[in-house]
Amino acid sequence: MALLDLCRLDEKINLKPVDALASFQNDVVGYSQNFLHSTQLATPPFANPVETLAQFNQKDETGKAIKIQFDHGTTTLGFRYKGGVLLAVDSRATGGQFIGSQSMKKIVEINDYLLGTLAGGAADCVYWDRVLAKQCRLYELRNRERISVAAASKLMANMVYNYKGMGLSMGMMLAGVDKRGAQLYYVDSEGTRTPGKVFSVGSGSVYAFGVLDSGYSWDLSDKDAQELGRRAIYHATHRDAYSGGIIRVYHISEKGWVNISNEDCSDLHYKYAAEKGTPVA
Amino acid sequence: MSNINLQCLLGIQCDDFVMIAADQSNSHSIMVMKDDEEKIYKISDKLVMGVIGDSGDTTQFAEYIAKNLQLYKMRNGYELGPTAAANFTRRNLAEYLRSSTPYFVNVLMGGYDKENGPELYFMDYLASSVKVPFACHGFGGYLSLSILDRYHKKDATEEEAYEMLKMCVKEVHRRLFVSLPNFQVTVVNRDGIKVLPVINSASLK
Repeated sequence: MALLDLCRLDEKINLKPVDALASFQNDVVGYSQNFLHSTQLATPPFANPVETLAQFNQKDETGKAIKIQFDHGTTTLGFRYKGGVLLAVDSRATGGQFIGSQSMKKIVEINDYLLGTLAGGAADCVYWDRVLAKQCRLYELRNRERISVAAASKLMANMVYNYKGMGLSMGMMLAGVDKRGAQLYYVDSEGTRTPGKVFSVGSGSVYAFGVLDSGYSWDLSDKDAQELGRRAIYHATHRDAYSGGIIRVYHISEKGWVNISNEDCSDLHYKYAAEKGTPVA
Repeated sequence: MSNINLQCLLGIQCDDFVMIAADQSNSHSIMVMKDDEEKIYKISDKLVMGVIGDSGDTTQFAEYIAKNLQLYKMRNGYELGPTAAANFTRRNLAEYLRSSTPYFVNVLMGGYDKENGPELYFMDYLASSVKVPFACHGFGGYLSLSILDRYHKKDATEEEAYEMLKMCVKEVHRRLFVSLPNFQVTVVNRDGIKVLPVINSASLK
């Protein structure tokens, strides 16, 4: 027991379930710290949670396959050009082969000047974006000025870096304007945080990049930039089964963000086909 | 992460300076997200650190080391030299190596010491640390090492060392199966840190 005390193992896991009710309450308190502090998620009390927990995710105790799959699969893109930042995303949430939603909002409006995109585990993204929104609001109240995109992205990167290797899955872009002008950052659950001009994240990003890179230039007009973003996402929804639904386009300029359009990708499909003059099969 | 070897770090130490070059690619699985990433960090007035490795770990580790060395300077009124800084870095790598959250980073540390002149330290993620005249990390390093073996000399000038790095990058472009288009170069000498032009296929012509 001396070793046990020395390692302070009892602080982490309850080894004395004598008083069942009290220990239950301790567990509840211990595993719900995130209600009080949003960045203190309960982490599994053992090593390599990703591999260890994976076995419970695949088969139940009788060996029957469990059909649980987290919502996944996305195409999001963002790029910086002379007119500010443009973000475009799809709206499909999938769990394995199943389409869970066709109308997700994958762009989170953090404040009037800051947007975040979601890709990866839907639950992780939504949760951490809410935490970030809270942190940004608190910053604003404390400092009487809006948070810079650099600082917001660093908050996010530092928060998720604490959970590196524990199975978080998210790739997000943070876009906004601050004193330094229009900014675009890529942040993911690996802990990467990097500013850049052109990013695309998610399962459909390979397709989106193809269209995006070949049509991109810094001097794009606002109209052309919006169309390029929309087009890139449309082509990704066409080829990537895990992307689809509504294509949302947002534009950020000095005056803050504007939602440009929300169009169904199948409407776009017929529209583009008509423009091209090819019959739709 | 398996992509640690797909990145590349090169370092040359001569009598008057130490020069570090790092590729600027940031890749995720099959995709290049960026080709102008900064992988060489300025630690203090005459100390730089090239860091490659697991995304996330690299920045976090480099900033942790940089801030701690700055803190040491504030507390004590003097800076750690390259040797001491390398020892400090190695110790941190070694301690984190056996924790649940090791830093998966390969490092080259170059600095100019008042007494001993320029120094280059090679460190890998297993926390080995060696003082060397030239060193490389990554697959690109295998191709470059023999070039440095062949052409390195102690009394080379900065121009000559920059040419050596150009030869290495040329070889990486020719023989390596991954694309590392741009290499940033930083030199540390008696006068401090200087950023040299990026080496890429345009500048190699």
